[in-house]
Amino acid sequence: MDLEQKVSLKYVVIKGILLFFMINFLFVPLDPIPALGRLSAYNLIFPGRVRLPFGENPSLAYNLSMNNLEAMLASHELCDGNKPLDEYRVLLLGDSSVWGYLLEPQNTLSAYLNKANLRLDGKTVRAYNLGYPTLSLTKDLLILHAAIQYKPDLVIWMITLESLPVTIQLDSPILQNNAELVRNLITKFNLNLDPSDPRLFDRNILQSTLFGRRRDLADILRLQLYGVMWASTGIDQNYQADYNPPQQNLDPDETFHGLQPPILNMQNLSIDVLQAGKQLIGDTPIIFVNEPIFISHGENSNIRYNFFYPRWAYDQYRQIFNETCQNNGWICLDEWNSVSSDQFTNSAIHMTPNGSQILSTELANAILAQVNP
Amino acid sequence: MSLTTLLIIILVSILIGFFATGKWRSWGLLIASILFIYWLQPASPVRHLDYWLPTSCIMLTILSWILTRKKERGNLRPDIITGLVIASLMLLISLTRYFDPICCVTATRPPELYQIAISIISVSFIFLVFAYFGSGKVAWIFTGMSLILLMFVILKSEILARFISQGLRSINAQPVELASANDLQWLGFSYVAFRLLHTLRDRVNGRLPEISLQEYVTYVIFFPAFSAGPIDRIQHFTQEIRKTFKPSLQTTLQGGKRILWGVFSKFVLADGLALIALNNNNAGQVNSPGWLWVMLYAYALRIFFDFAGYTHIAIGLGQILGVQLPENFDRPYLKRNITLFWNSWHITLAQWFRAYFFNPLTRTMRSSQHSIPLPLIIFIGQLSTFTLIGLWHGISWNFAIWGAWHGVGLFVHNRWSNLIKPKTSALDNHANLNRLLGIGSTFLTFQYVSLGWVWFALSYPVQSWHTFLKLFGIG
Repeated sequence: MDLEQKVSLKYVVIKGILLFFMINFLFVPLDPIPALGRLSAYNLIFPGRVRLPFGENPSLAYNLSMNNLEAMLASHELCDGNKPLDEYRVLLLGDSSVWGYLLEPQNTLSAYLNKANLRLDGKTVRAYNLGYPTLSLTKDLLILHAAIQYKPDLVIWMITLESLPVTIQLDSPILQNNAELVRNLITKFNLNLDPSDPRLFDRNILQSTLFGRRRDLADILRLQLYGVMWASTGIDQNYQADYNPPQQNLDPDETFHGLQPPILNMQNLSIDVLQAGKQLIGDTPIIFVNEPIFISHGENSNIRYNFFYPRWAYDQYRQIFNETCQNNGWICLDEWNSVSSDQFTNSAIHMTPNGSQILSTELANAILAQVNP
Repeated sequence: MSLTTLLIIILVSILIGFFATGKWRSWGLLIASILFIYWLQPASPVRHLDYWLPTSCIMLTILSWILTRKKERGNLRPDIITGLVIASLMLLISLTRYFDPICCVTATRPPELYQIAISIISVSFIFLVFAYFGSGKVAWIFTGMSLILLMFVILKSEILARFISQGLRSINAQPVELASANDLQWLGFSYVAFRLLHTLRDRVNGRLPEISLQEYVTYVIFFPAFSAGPIDRIQHFTQEIRKTFKPSLQTTLQGGKRILWGVFSKFVLADGLALIALNNNNAGQVNSPGWLWVMLYAYALRIFFDFAGYTHIAIGLGQILGVQLPENFDRPYLKRNITLFWNSWHITLAQWFRAYFFNPLTRTMRSSQHSIPLPLIIFIGQLSTFTLIGLWHGISWNFAIWGAWHGVGLFVHNRWSNLIKPKTSALDNHANLNRLLGIGSTFLTFQYVSLGWVWFALSYPVQSWHTFLKLFGIG
């Protein structure tokens, strides 16, 4: 190489390094990820998804799990234009049973509610599935907080004891990766959670650069690409036909998340998150539903209802749930045993299409009772 | 290949390109190529196979060199030194099994040192026998070619590959019932076979120049082009490595640009399109012909960006190393007809088949005592050539049909262009009409090629046929 080339190469390298650092570090204060998440091909080129993006096996589910709430909501049918005047908008919150694990889109609770063609106040009831497959009330609160801008007329919040323990509230990756939003909720509603909980993930400056956030960017892109598969197949999860049914024979274990009988202390449950949800939506009505559980009839079923729940803990939880509803004047439904054991699929809370339909009938009655209580 | 792997390959290429000059460059290329073929070979469930496959590749290459060398060749010292270096490298790679921090160059722990030493000694003895009796002899060369073809057929046939895997498993006292054709994933063998056959055939034809063992092995396993081509000609390749290479900013930047474009093509475009490209799983799930077309186009573009991406990377690495590899793609989807498409898609493969199969076959038919009509010669030539190209991807009905699809397409185009040639010359004066026809022809060619991918992308003829019908709204 001659001298001139050496000099030029030096400048090329310096320029390259400078540009690399400039672009990467400009990314930190600008943080365009949320804004990019709102740019979506869904509801524009592809139909909106009927449930939030979640996928453990993206190549088969044509769906993926991600942490960008804006992108998740932008891909949902809820964000399809303005709310029609004749729509009575119902948002369904909850865990994987609401989301519809192992259920095709037409067999979820929201789908059955929509099929029922309910009319209320001269408006058509339209239910939106905002369930998300992790067990945490705080996760539901986070989603409600993000979805409130879409003007619901009613919120149905499906809960189960497994999503209540304080200790598991921040276990959900979507909470851990939206630390700032979660902290704001904790502070705003004075939740019994630690804002400096180490599970909440704070990016350092390197993790906030373009290079550090390449995964988030790729996820946004992948979500858009999977829009083709969603539009062309209507598939949004990997339906396994060979799942194991819920355990009938159970261990004689009486503990629940490390708690021992006989008293389930309210301090250990995140009831305050439910109160925060109620406070968040203001005058909009909300129905809290204790969702159905699988009740085993096998070995040790006198000790436990199922894999999740020892009887003592679950019975006390129901009591607390009903008392809390009564004391606060909340509208509540206790549907714990409304679906028979043969209508569950692979866990104590995941229902078959038939089970889902049975529950939707109960919910439909509760919705209609909003006008004719 | 992951991005980290690629980064290491780029760094090694830059080091060789800039710091290995003169004879050290040749050694650098050979040693790096040997180390990379061991490193890149994927793990196999059959014990030590990820060591033995690259080893067999090198041994087969040396054997082919022995067959192609002239017996009266003079100074053997450089070739013996090369042989010793290669053997030492094989032993050194095996030695890494004892040094955990650097273990292993291979995907799994290599075999014991003594096993390798015994193999090297045994194979060297066989080499000596071949060198004494077989060097330059046509019958031995054809035997060598047959052996390579046989290996090729075994590797590409699911049943035969599984059978061999069963044999290897039973030698290793591993469960035979778990044997699968995937156990024998021999990285780069397809390309190695083409290069070996090319040199053996050229030796018979007297077109092969004097090549040292070092040059020959480097040509066959040259690491930038080892796993995905292009298939260079040895005459051109040796010219490239014999020339004095002065690394310059221009060549490095050119190479870097090609690599960057290749990385973008492969890891962004191709891998992105792979999410929505037609495959066995989604072909039956699509609910409308429109979306099926989208998925088919996604497949067509994906396979192009994937393959062309690797080619860009190979050519870019070659430029950094001072070896100009041949181009393999030239905007194939923008060509006006299927003949031009095949002149610009996987160019080196098509040229190989043209040189070593199509031309000899059609020449034989033309000079046959029985007068065979020209269209029939063309039909047989195109159909058999492209069916073989299809089978090169794997011995299955779908690949054969894909090849035949193109063979028939080329034949029809050949006859059609012959028929309309006198009329099209009149269009030369009508630029706009000509352009419009060009757009239409390009579109039709792309459609034809894309429809051909239905056979290529899916595994079973029935499934492909149903997909084919579904594309047109039938069934």
